[in-house]
Amino acid sequence: MAFEGLAERLQGSIKKMRGKGKVAEQDVKEMMREVRLALLEADVNFKVVKKFVSDVKERAVGQDILDSLTPGQQVIKIVNEELTKLMGGEQSKIATAQKPPTVVMMVGLQGAGKTTTTGKLALHLRKKHNRSPLMVAADIYRPAAIKQLETLGKQLDMPVFSLGDQVSPVEIAKQAIAKAKEEHHDYVIIDTAGRLHVDENLMGELDEIKEVVSPDEILLVVDAMTGQDAVNVAQNFNERLGITGVVLTKLDGDTRGGAAISVKAVTNTPIKFAGMGEKSDALEPFHPERMASRILGMGDVLSLIEKAESSVDEERARELERKMRTNELTFDDFLEQLAQVRSMGPLDELLNMMPGAGKMKGLKNIQVDEKQIVHIEAIVKSMTKAEREEPSLLNGSRKRRIAKGSGTSVPEVNRLVKQFDEMKKMMKQMSGMQKGKKKGGMKLPFM
Amino acid sequence: MSFFKKMKEKFTGQSDAVTEKFKEGLSKTRNSFVGAMNDLVKNYRTVDEDFFEELEEILISADVGVHTVMELIDDLKDEARKRNIQDAKDIQPVISEKLAELLQKSDQESHLLIKENELTVILFVGVNGVGKTTSIGKLAHKFKQENKKVLLAAGDTFRAGAIEQLEVWGERVGVDVIKQQAGSDPAAVMFDAIQSAKSRKVDILLCDTAGRLQNKVNLMNELEKVKRVLTKEIPDAPHEVLLVLDATTGQNAMSQAKVFQKATDVTGIVLTKLDGTAKGGIVLAIRHELDIPVKLIGLGEGLDDLYEFEADQFVHGLFSDVLEQVEEAADSGPK
Repeated sequence: MAFEGLAERLQGSIKKMRGKGKVAEQDVKEMMREVRLALLEADVNFKVVKKFVSDVKERAVGQDILDSLTPGQQVIKIVNEELTKLMGGEQSKIATAQKPPTVVMMVGLQGAGKTTTTGKLALHLRKKHNRSPLMVAADIYRPAAIKQLETLGKQLDMPVFSLGDQVSPVEIAKQAIAKAKEEHHDYVIIDTAGRLHVDENLMGELDEIKEVVSPDEILLVVDAMTGQDAVNVAQNFNERLGITGVVLTKLDGDTRGGAAISVKAVTNTPIKFAGMGEKSDALEPFHPERMASRILGMGDVLSLIEKAESSVDEERARELERKMRTNELTFDDFLEQLAQVRSMGPLDELLNMMPGAGKMKGLKNIQVDEKQIVHIEAIVKSMTKAEREEPSLLNGSRKRRIAKGSGTSVPEVNRLVKQFDEMKKMMKQMSGMQKGKKKGGMKLPFM
Repeated sequence: MSFFKKMKEKFTGQSDAVTEKFKEGLSKTRNSFVGAMNDLVKNYRTVDEDFFEELEEILISADVGVHTVMELIDDLKDEARKRNIQDAKDIQPVISEKLAELLQKSDQESHLLIKENELTVILFVGVNGVGKTTSIGKLAHKFKQENKKVLLAAGDTFRAGAIEQLEVWGERVGVDVIKQQAGSDPAAVMFDAIQSAKSRKVDILLCDTAGRLQNKVNLMNELEKVKRVLTKEIPDAPHEVLLVLDATTGQNAMSQAKVFQKATDVTGIVLTKLDGTAKGGIVLAIRHELDIPVKLIGLGEGLDDLYEFEADQFVHGLFSDVLEQVEEAADSGPK
């Protein structure tokens, strides 16, 4: 089905690459086929995808594989790095004019969410930056658009400038600036009407408004669900007006949001904000690196790779591996490992990422209850040192004590002990399988 | 008989004005699509792997969706082999044929189901900003022109200014709007509306709802409730549940269609904003995978710019230039 995560799709190719010392061209080609499909399904423009794929291929082929990573992860890492780079690297803030008021123009297609975003942005400026914005109702075309902004203004207790729908938007904008100066507003946010990028007349109107108000910021509001056409839209608005930034709306939906990449690629302006919900405070600064993972459909897995590189202590990992192999694993190790894994991100996504886990019965689409992990921790922490090292000590009365101490029940303690035994068995098998295949050993049982 | 000949025959008898409007409204969409197709045929004289790869890109650029495109391409490859097509020019009609086939799987249910002499209830659903309220305004106008008695229900009680927006449309078109205060329960508005519709002997009740992203479980539950209220008052209502889709939307439209269908048994799609450069190709994938037909399309901002969808006409609109070329070629060629 369409929305398969990239992680799942890549599993076949990753498997083939296991144990190799270098990334070979054929492997990369195969993986990039999947990356290409994943990006296209995420609505990234096909031209952008084409260029991206060839860039990554070039970089990946022939690379030595870091000790801590499998070849597959190495390629994914490169993909992610390039994607983040494409998305603009770091966060970007809203402009401030040297001489107030700072004038912000909101532009975009119909239904992208300009009016809602205008309200959100005003609130953001007041709450986070302690500014006093004036919102300007310059959409005289859509029925009740002015009313919508006025209602928002009332809800937020934010001033709205409007002259009704019989005055030209250029005139409205002009008077609004004068008003802002007079009343000492330091930001003016002009909500313009939605329009098609190919509508000559209405695009001309934006030109005129721009001419009159000389905005410090022209924000193109883009629906995160936009498909391939995002490129045309962004290009047209940018060529015509010279946009300075993008707001990506409706990101609280389940779209992958590939439009973000397309827009960024053709306009080369930063995405400054993301709309994350219907409430007025649901406007967030845009995080390029998070968006990269989202588009690839890999959740926090990529940061997991990075964290695995840095957070796992070599020595301890080696010791752990030895213990696993020799079946000396104790509850203490278990606890430590649990803590390490938890520091890396949501567990269910983590599980889905494990090479092979997707195919393991019962592990696919598993829902990990984070609360349960807390219980497990409590149980282990209620054990004595001796018990942690020698689980076979656990008899009925000890278990009752542990259950009481951890606020759980004896069956829960039993379940954990049983799971622990099974895990030990599984690890022994797994480490047996991997032995000798890869230097450096495995850091975590699933990596 | 060739596909284009068949197509042409279907059109004789249809009013030229409507076809012209279609052509005009779709001009932006068509130009880029057909331009790409023509370039493709020009650049690749023979039908080979590269040709199909490029074709794949053209279709993907129309938002048709990777899954459907792959199937389509496989189909075309088979067809090319079967018919022994090597010249790129010769495969072009096959492509159009396949696309039209996808869209007009079953023609009969692509029209709105309107009851004779009885109340017809139409519920509009969709994500935020796709044009639900605008589509209702236009459709109300259309029915009004047909001398039907129309009533609107302001079921978007959430978004600021939504009720007023529908009221403005009501005034413009000259139909009444049933409303409550902003923030009230939309199900209650629907109850009111259906009662008034019955007592006023209205022909058609158009129900607006608030836009909602399909992954908001609570909001989808609310929508189910709205629908239940309608069904409780009239067992076979709503007679139509129209999912409004923005043509610029990409692959997420599939998820929208799936989830809204599950919640409200969508009976058709209104594809809006087709007058831009977006091609709305995702409706092909939706038709293909979920079998939801497109019933109406929005081609502009005017009152009259909502049309009943005709797959033939749509494909004709998209391919009219190609059509003419092919005909010319056929006419000038040896008999």
